[in-house]
Formats: sequence, C-alpha cells, structure tokens
Amino acid sequence: MTNKKVNINADDFSPACIDWSQQETTSSNNPVGFRAGWMRLCKNKGAMVSLVILIVLAIFALVGPYMTHYTYYQTDYKHSFQAPSGDHWLGTDKFGRDQWTRIWQGTRISLYIAILAAALDLVIGVMFGAISGVFGGKVDMIMQRFIDILVGIPHLIVVILLILLMKPGIVTISVAMVITGWVNMARLVRSQIFKIKSQEFIMASRSLGAGSFRLIFKHFIPNSISIILVNLMFTIPSAIFTEAFLSFIGLGLQEPLASLGVLINDGYHSMRSHPYLLLFPAIVIVLLMVCFNLLADGLRDAVDPKMKK
Amino acid sequence: MKKYIAIRLFNIVATLFIIATATFFLMKQLPGSPFDEEKLAALPDDVRKQIYAQYGLDKPLFQQYVTYMENLVKGDLGESFYYKNQAIIDILNIRIGPSMLLGFQAILLGTVIGLSLGIIAAFRHNTFWDYTTMFIAVLGVSIPNFVFAALLQYFVGVKWGVLPIAYWESYKSTIMPSLALAFGVIAVVARFTRNEMLEVLNQDYIETAQAKGISTLSIIYKHAIRNALIPVITILGPVIVSLITGSLVIEEIFSIPGIGSLFVDSIKMNDYTMIMAVTLLFSALFVFMILIIDLLYGVIDPRIRVAGRKELSHDK
Repeated sequence: MTNKKVNINADDFSPACIDWSQQETTSSNNPVGFRAGWMRLCKNKGAMVSLVILIVLAIFALVGPYMTHYTYYQTDYKHSFQAPSGDHWLGTDKFGRDQWTRIWQGTRISLYIAILAAALDLVIGVMFGAISGVFGGKVDMIMQRFIDILVGIPHLIVVILLILLMKPGIVTISVAMVITGWVNMARLVRSQIFKIKSQEFIMASRSLGAGSFRLIFKHFIPNSISIILVNLMFTIPSAIFTEAFLSFIGLGLQEPLASLGVLINDGYHSMRSHPYLLLFPAIVIVLLMVCFNLLADGLRDAVDPKMKK
Repeated sequence: MKKYIAIRLFNIVATLFIIATATFFLMKQLPGSPFDEEKLAALPDDVRKQIYAQYGLDKPLFQQYVTYMENLVKGDLGESFYYKNQAIIDILNIRIGPSMLLGFQAILLGTVIGLSLGIIAAFRHNTFWDYTTMFIAVLGVSIPNFVFAALLQYFVGVKWGVLPIAYWESYKSTIMPSLALAFGVIAVVARFTRNEMLEVLNQDYIETAQAKGISTLSIIYKHAIRNALIPVITILGPVIVSLITGSLVIEEIFSIPGIGSLFVDSIKMNDYTMIMAVTLLFSALFVFMILIIDLLYGVIDPRIRVAGRKELSHDK
C-alpha cells in the first residue's frame, strides 16, 4: 500500500560482463534463473540461519555418536536413569544407554530417511509426471485416473498398512512413504510440462529429431527444476515427521534402534521423573522440522516470488 | 453439475471399494492372528477348527473376501475379534462421541484463533504482531503433534497441575487434547488468512473504499474479511487430514476412548474386522470432505467452475 523511497547509488552498479566466446554455445540449463534464486535465498535471514543450524545438526549426527566411548545400544543397568553429567552428557535412559549417543544416532536415522524418501520421490514422481505430461492423450488419461484414486486415500492409513505388511525398518518406512508421497510431485511436474510443451524451443528440438526421452531429460526436467526442488524440500520435513510419528505409536522403528520417535516415546513414558529424556530429543526434532520448513519456505519464495503463499 | 457430482460419487465408491479390497488382503498378511496363539496350539485339532469355522477363517481367502464385501454392502461390519461378541458398529457408536467432540472443539478453537491471528497480522503487517503470528505459524506447522501434546501434558498437567493429565472424566479433561489438536489448525489457518488478507488489502477496491472515506473498521468488515475468507475453505482438506492423524497419537497420549486410539489398538491386537471398519470410516470421512469442499467452491464463488478445477484446463 505504501511506496518506499528508493535511493539509487551509482556505485552499486557495474558493467555487465559479456563473454563473447559463450555466444555460440547452446545450453538447456538456465543458470541465470538459478543463480538469481540462490541470491534471493541468501538474503532470506531465516532460511540462512536454518541452513546453518541444519549443517551443524548434520555434523553432530555424523560425528556425535563417536564423541563418547558408548554405543547407542550398549546397556548399563547399574547406571540407568542418570541425570546429565560430565560422563553422560545428556544422561542415560532406563537401560543405562547413553542419551547423547542415542540422540545423534536418532538424528542420523531421521536425516537418512528424509534423504531416501526425497530421492525416491524425485525418481518416481518426476518420471511419472514427465511421462504423463509428454506423451499426453490416452497414456495421460489412464495415469491421471490412477492418481485420482490414490489422492482419495488418506496417506497415513496406507503407510500404516504397508508398515504392517513388511518388516518394520528404515527401508520399509521410506518405501511406504514413497508409495503415496510421489503423487504431488507427479502432478506438479505434469502441469509444468504442459506449460512448457507448446513453446517454440520444444518444437525446434522435436523437428530436429529429438525423441521423447531426450526432451524429458534435456528440456522438460531442467526447465522444471525449481518447482521440483521446492517440492522436494517440503517432502523432507514431512518424511521426518511421518517416521517419528510411526515410531512414536510403536509401528515404526523398534528398540534398540534409536530414532527420534522411539526416543520421544521412551522419554514420554518416564517424563514425570526424568523430563530431560523427553526434552532433548524433542528439542532436536523441533529444530530439524522448523529449520527444514523455513528453508523450504525461503527456497519457494526465492525461486518463484509469485508462488508466495 | 449433476453429471459432475455423479462422476465424483462414482469415483468415491470406486476409491472406497479399492481401499476395502486392499485393506482386506493386506490385513490377512499380517503376522499373528487375532487369537492367543499359545492357548490355541494347546487345543485339540477339531476344537481349533471349530473356532476358525465360527469366524469363517477356515474358508478360502477369496470366499472370506466375498462374504465380507456382501455384508459390508448390507451395512454389517461384523463382530470384533478382540472385544468378544460385540458388533463393530456398537463399539464405533460408543467410541465416536469423544473423537467428534475433540475434533469439533479443535476446529472451533483452531479457526477462531487462527483467523483472528491472521487478520491482526495482515493489518499490522511487518510489526511485532505479524512476526509473532508467523512465528506461531511456523512452530505449529513444524512441531510434531505428539511432541506438543507430550510437552503440554508435562507442563500444564504434571508441573503446574492446572488441568487433568489424562483420561476421559469431566469436561476439563477435553481441554488439553483439544488444544493439542487445534495447534496445527491454528498455524495453518493463521498463515493462510494472513496471506489472503495481504493480497486483498492490495486490491484497488480497498483503495477506493479508503478514498471514499470509509472507516478502517468498516473496510475490514465489509470488504477485506469477506473477500479474504473465501479461499480459506481450500485448507479444510489438510485440516481434516491433520485432525485424523492427530487423533491417533493424541487420544493415545491422553488416554481418550475415541476412534483414533481404537485404530492404533486394533492394529496392535490384529483385530481384523476393526481395522477394516476404522480404515473405511477414516477414508469415507476423508473423501466426502474433499467432495464437500470442492462443491463449496462453486457455491461460495460462482467464478470457479467446479469441473474445471483439478487442472483439467491443461489438456482440454
């Protein structure tokens, strides 16, 4: 509603660098848009702080379990339920297992599941959407009806049923999440391809004899990369949440594996007498979720300011 | 329009049929059985066969499936394995009350608080109020519902002792679980309302209204809120999903005899018929809510052609 007065300083500008040798090379990538997006992201303080926190958490997840001389499954019944001390930095749980080691082991599992789910989402979702969009016609119609039915099913219920069917474990959880999780990605990629499809460069490429798969990998996917990336970033926190949720209600990972959901469930049962067992894993998961969400928000705003919602 | 509803209803029936079929066969693959394995093994062979026969478990899988589907169409959900000789429908009838009360309170709390926060944030754009609201919104989206519920229970229930910690005893015991469920709703609604309001406030007709000298309150009420609220129904879908998901853990945490805890328990007990029934109930709730939301778009804003949603505009 208000117009800000803008001070324009001549020093802020420098001549654009024109590299004449690049004039003749062709590229399907669009580094300008990408770099511009990255620069916008760098200006977003929340996203940058989140990125730093996430990197710190990831480093701890990698080296944390080795910082003590305990393992996450090593029990010590003489020293169960110890308060945080110099020996056990975050105390011990009901079996005397070192909480510091277990928390970072859990973070590791959460990050691992998140990355796995995102990678599978990327492969299945993008390919499904791309094939549906590029081939169009009957193929598209059948693929879309399939998606229509999948969308009508509540995700969590499918995930729970699949978890029951397969052995609970990291891979099972990731696969179960992916079976329902790629739909959104497929839809986004498909609608993006419909937008690009009628543009001239596609027609040019086609008339030069490019096949459908060459078009997908050389033109459609590179031109949808920002949308794919943003959607991928939102998959990560939801994957972390789903795993923790399932582990919390006892359908996910099982003891002695230490996922954050398992730890929170453990801590929850002894929270009256030993609240620190609940608080520390809770803090870690909240940090993870907040940072990933803020980063994803920032990325979305940076890549496409119009998508800001 | 009628054709559109007919197609959607057909899709709903197809979806529910697929869910029922998939659940039925998946469930039969579950490890263990609804009976106590050790006691069962100790029984003579013919007695065991009789028990299986009583529940129809001795027949071929496909025949069991056909029988189940026939009964389902008649509205008969069968008997629970775990709660001996109780019809599923009776158990559901008892259990649905607490869940509905919690869900209703959560939606009410969530929308009222969420809307107010969102509206205030938009009008005080880039001030303390705005930042606080956005902070709450990010937290609400990020903090897992079970973590929030556990912390709420620890601080409000155990430490300060203000509200009952758990169980379903008096009205007071509904407050904490409702709050825990509502937290996510508040976040989603507040964030969405704020963005919609900001967009509406940038429209020309708001400026026109200001130019005419209409008071700010009147502009908020007559122009801004009314136009900003229309898109808020789009988030009802995610809200319903978050309530269903939330009910699973929150009823568990607060020991509430509702549908959510029933579902989790029935999975742990291998209570086949109950798993089927609750899965179908949740799915039906979900698909019908989506349909109602889609139809509401058309009613509230005639500019939206209902059939044109779902991105059909691209291929036709």
